[in-house]
Amino acid sequence: MQTRASRIQAALDAAFPGSRIEIEDDSHRHAGHAGAQPGGETHYSVLMVSPAFAGMGRLARSRAVHAALAAEFEGGMHALALRLLAPEEAGPKG
Amino acid sequence: MTNPVFERIETDINANPVVLFMKGTPVFPQCGFSARVVQILSHIGVPFKGVNVLEDMEIREGIKAYANWPTIPQLYVKGEFVGGCDIIMEMFQAGELQSMLKEKGIPVSAEA
Repeated sequence: MQTRASRIQAALDAAFPGSRIEIEDDSHRHAGHAGAQPGGETHYSVLMVSPAFAGMGRLARSRAVHAALAAEFEGGMHALALRLLAPEEAGPKG
Repeated sequence: MTNPVFERIETDINANPVVLFMKGTPVFPQCGFSARVVQILSHIGVPFKGVNVLEDMEIREGIKAYANWPTIPQLYVKGEFVGGCDIIMEMFQAGELQSMLKEKGIPVSAEA
């Protein structure tokens, strides 16, 4: 069965080609907290470095990622922490 | 724009210069992300109204549609949506939150 993390990865790859994408499933850290579910897969952190973000403001970047992941929010994803950088903001290791 | 809860939201964000829609209250936040924004606002000495979405299902769902933003907390300044936890944190670290608030005529404590 596909995990939510792999679906997130696939959706972001499709929406933002050529990006560096790191996804962490933080659900275990929120076990028992409101929004957490027994099966986990509720809380994620994503770091993305994408040329698509160049010239975009913070809200616009987040909204673009939210739009790409709308199905996951509808399907029970509760929290998504985002760090969204354009390549020139990420430094030499970006 | 026919959603009646939008009217309630607008009443709140127009009556109060800084409003945080959050889980729990400023004194007892019930979510780590909400707690972090409360901490930042307190650190820079900005008075704000906290709206506890856990006490009001209608607002909890309505605020997501209102801002077209799928998560809580949500910060509004002078009626305008600023962002959620990540954006507030990034803006604070860059000093942009403080300068934006000052520009909008909201006092920020000197050392912040």
